[in-house]
Amino acid sequence: MARAQGASLDRKKLMGDPVMVTTIVLLITFLTLFILYPLAILLVDSFVGDGTFGLSVFKRIFQMPDFTRAITNTLKVGFVVGILSTAIGLLFAYVEVYVKMNKGVGGLFKLVSMLPVVSPPFVLSLSMIMLFGKSGLITRFLLGIYDNNVYGYWGIVIVQTLTFFPVCYMMMKGLLKNIDPSLEEASRDMGATRWKVFRDVTLPLLLPGLGNAFLVTFIESIADFANPMLIGGSYDTLATTIYLQITGAYDKSGAAAMAVVLLLITLAMFAVQKYYLEKKTAATLTGKASRARMMIEDKSVKIPLTIFCSISAIFVIMMYICVPIGALFPTWGYKFTPLTFKWFEQVFTKYRGLEAFRDSFVLSLIAAPITALLSMIISYLVVKRKFKAKGFIEAVSMLAMAVPGTVLGVGYIRGFSGGIFHTGFLQGLYGTGAILVIVFIVRSLPTGTRSGISALRQIDKSIEESAYDMGANSLQVFTTVTLPLIKDSFLSGLVTAFVRSITAISAIILLVTPSYLLITVQINEFAEKGAFSIACAFATILIIITYGSVLLMNFIIKHFGTSRKVKEVEQE
Amino acid sequence: MSGRNAKEPKGVKLDHISKIYQNPKTGKDFYAVHDVSLDIKPGSFVTLLGPSGCGKTTTLRMIAGFESPDEGEIYLGGEPINELTPNKRDTAMVFQSYALFPHYNVFDNVAYGLKLRKVPAAEIKERVTNILKLVELSDMEQRMTNQLSGGQQQRVALARALVVEPGVLLFDEPLSNLDAKLRVQMRTEIRRIQQALGITAIYVTHDQSEAMAISDNIILMKSGVIAQMGSPTEIYYHPNSEFVADFIGECNFLPCTVNGREGADVLCRVNGHPVKVRSDTDKMGEAEIVLRPEAIEIADEGQLPCKVELSCFMGSYQNYHVRVGDTLVKIADNCPIGKKVFNVGDDAYISFRSECSHLLET
Repeated sequence: MARAQGASLDRKKLMGDPVMVTTIVLLITFLTLFILYPLAILLVDSFVGDGTFGLSVFKRIFQMPDFTRAITNTLKVGFVVGILSTAIGLLFAYVEVYVKMNKGVGGLFKLVSMLPVVSPPFVLSLSMIMLFGKSGLITRFLLGIYDNNVYGYWGIVIVQTLTFFPVCYMMMKGLLKNIDPSLEEASRDMGATRWKVFRDVTLPLLLPGLGNAFLVTFIESIADFANPMLIGGSYDTLATTIYLQITGAYDKSGAAAMAVVLLLITLAMFAVQKYYLEKKTAATLTGKASRARMMIEDKSVKIPLTIFCSISAIFVIMMYICVPIGALFPTWGYKFTPLTFKWFEQVFTKYRGLEAFRDSFVLSLIAAPITALLSMIISYLVVKRKFKAKGFIEAVSMLAMAVPGTVLGVGYIRGFSGGIFHTGFLQGLYGTGAILVIVFIVRSLPTGTRSGISALRQIDKSIEESAYDMGANSLQVFTTVTLPLIKDSFLSGLVTAFVRSITAISAIILLVTPSYLLITVQINEFAEKGAFSIACAFATILIIITYGSVLLMNFIIKHFGTSRKVKEVEQE
Repeated sequence: MSGRNAKEPKGVKLDHISKIYQNPKTGKDFYAVHDVSLDIKPGSFVTLLGPSGCGKTTTLRMIAGFESPDEGEIYLGGEPINELTPNKRDTAMVFQSYALFPHYNVFDNVAYGLKLRKVPAAEIKERVTNILKLVELSDMEQRMTNQLSGGQQQRVALARALVVEPGVLLFDEPLSNLDAKLRVQMRTEIRRIQQALGITAIYVTHDQSEAMAISDNIILMKSGVIAQMGSPTEIYYHPNSEFVADFIGECNFLPCTVNGREGADVLCRVNGHPVKVRSDTDKMGEAEIVLRPEAIEIADEGQLPCKVELSCFMGSYQNYHVRVGDTLVKIADNCPIGKKVFNVGDDAYISFRSECSHLLET
């Protein structure tokens, strides 16, 4: 049987659609140039960096005790943070889905899940130092401990756990809601105690999902740059070691090889997570909850769980609140009254705050719509269209999810500072705002694409087919049907991209040049120097911007979103 | 339509069309559609009928342009259209899920194709209004599609396809999401509108009664190939295989021996008893008589002796299962009131008129 004619007709039909062809070509170029190429150049550098092809660079870095120690450190932290975050996330999710809580506690939970989204990555490190450090509010003033050391292993573990567990909580919540209550009722009915039901029914059903959450956190943890940088002290992880290797030791091939090692670790984790656990999770939890679950009202279960979770939630919220409050004290750790706005003033008068906010704001504002549109186009192509390069586009945009920011940063330095393949071609790009915008886009593209894909999967394929059949070309189908139908997803992708960009640091810190002042880089610098009050003032303004844009998005979706008309109609 | 000259309907020709798919489990290629040739006359209503997986929808989607044939050429109004994308083909499709645009109201849904064709606004208004009148949705223009019932949504989908005056109208199981009563009502509507406009229509369904009610011609498909084509009467009374006979309504197959001819009929023996069967065959020997349940009469006297095994009152008919020799025969005795009712265990005779029977060579 020959499928040649069908294939060639499909190709001809595609070629007869210039918009589509151009889009695909541009997309492939973009993905190749800004995701694949920087990673490829790292491989090239690490294999031929010392002049000859071979493993000499790898041999060299594996002989550095700092590097091998960093690998152990990273894996150790990642493992512990993964376990802790998953466990706490599960507990929170279980309490929310299974236990009858009062409204106040629910509000706390919501806040906890929201905070890490809108805050810059290192806020918790900052407040950890300010609360529990040598001159920490709690350690020194409340408990009278003068030499508490928060820097190092435990500092990173605590801060990362507090940063990442809300993600696990949201994931587990989604899974628990999908468990059909009748499964558990059947087990109860046959005489199992509540604990046995959890152990024998709920937990086994959740197991792949737990594994999934663990690996996602693990990857986040080992890719995290900002927290280890701030609170790690002399406890270096791979991300910080690579950073120091390139900014301190100027060992570019060494840094490239280290980046390859880090990338291989995250890729392996990602592959397991994506191709094994995600499928298993979907396979075990296909059932939709057939009806509402009987909530646990038993006081011996309810009271301790609720109290534990509330205290943890309040603790996390307190850590976040510490930042804006810290910016109001005259001198952190020494003088607490009267509250003052002098640090906020200094942000703008003394520390070029306006410039920093303008640069960060403008670059993120450029990156956000491009990211949102790109991810919607990719999702549309992946979900709704059939063409040869589709697999490539999908794989590369998902691959970007597994690439730590530091790795990408090193890849961009090596890939673009001397032009493409060190030939000088496109050299002008390096050091410009454009390359920062591109990094922002690449860093947010996978999340946007993922949410776009899941939004589009819910739309009946024949709606677009009917538009196509009525005479619309690809561009018209996309603009008149697809985009309006996923407007909500597009808007939230827009804001997510904006928030992620304006709070990004790991790749950016390697690429930013003195001509651009970025807020996150500024905050990091001040925190490193111990100028916590000014760092807090910067961070507070940043949180206000990000939180404001999230509120704005919710407002827009509520009043102008696609679902509005539909919802109104349903209420009539 | 109201003073406008509707476009000429177009004929559709499939010339040895095949489509090959890969079985996702075994990785082997197989023919989803194999060597299908059709010639559909302009203005006629043709149904592609068959069980799921028979290739009927794939055939329709190849005509619409969503799938590309691996062999053969498709012609629309005499022009080859293999290389045209769906938006460039003069076809309009009504989808199983209606596929209405949820972000548009009824008017905008129907106007969509006209706007793409850059028809002036005044004309769009006129044509949409007319077509909505035709599908009896005149007062619904401003409704959102989710405010409509299933039947109304189906009418909008039909109006949206009709308003662009396509050379051929394609239906992909359009009624399968409606309840039984509405389905009957809508198929009459579709037929009425198709005839009023004189448009060519190709209709895919797995429901044989729908196919019979609506079509000029039925094309029955099985495993990617055409099993039989013909008018509903031809297919019903002269099926060319057990599959066709069985798919189009209930059917009995009675083994017999052909041993002579008398006019239009052949003379057969069933278990030694003589019967006449309408057939033009000149092959003598073993064969099967195809009998519809409603074509058989049961009485105290008749052609073939039988024993009653089931007798069941169904309202409009009395349902019997009787044993003729070794063969089970189903009978639908219409209007049973006033007739003798046989009970389980009774001995009786069945008989049939030769023109209601049909011979299958085995």
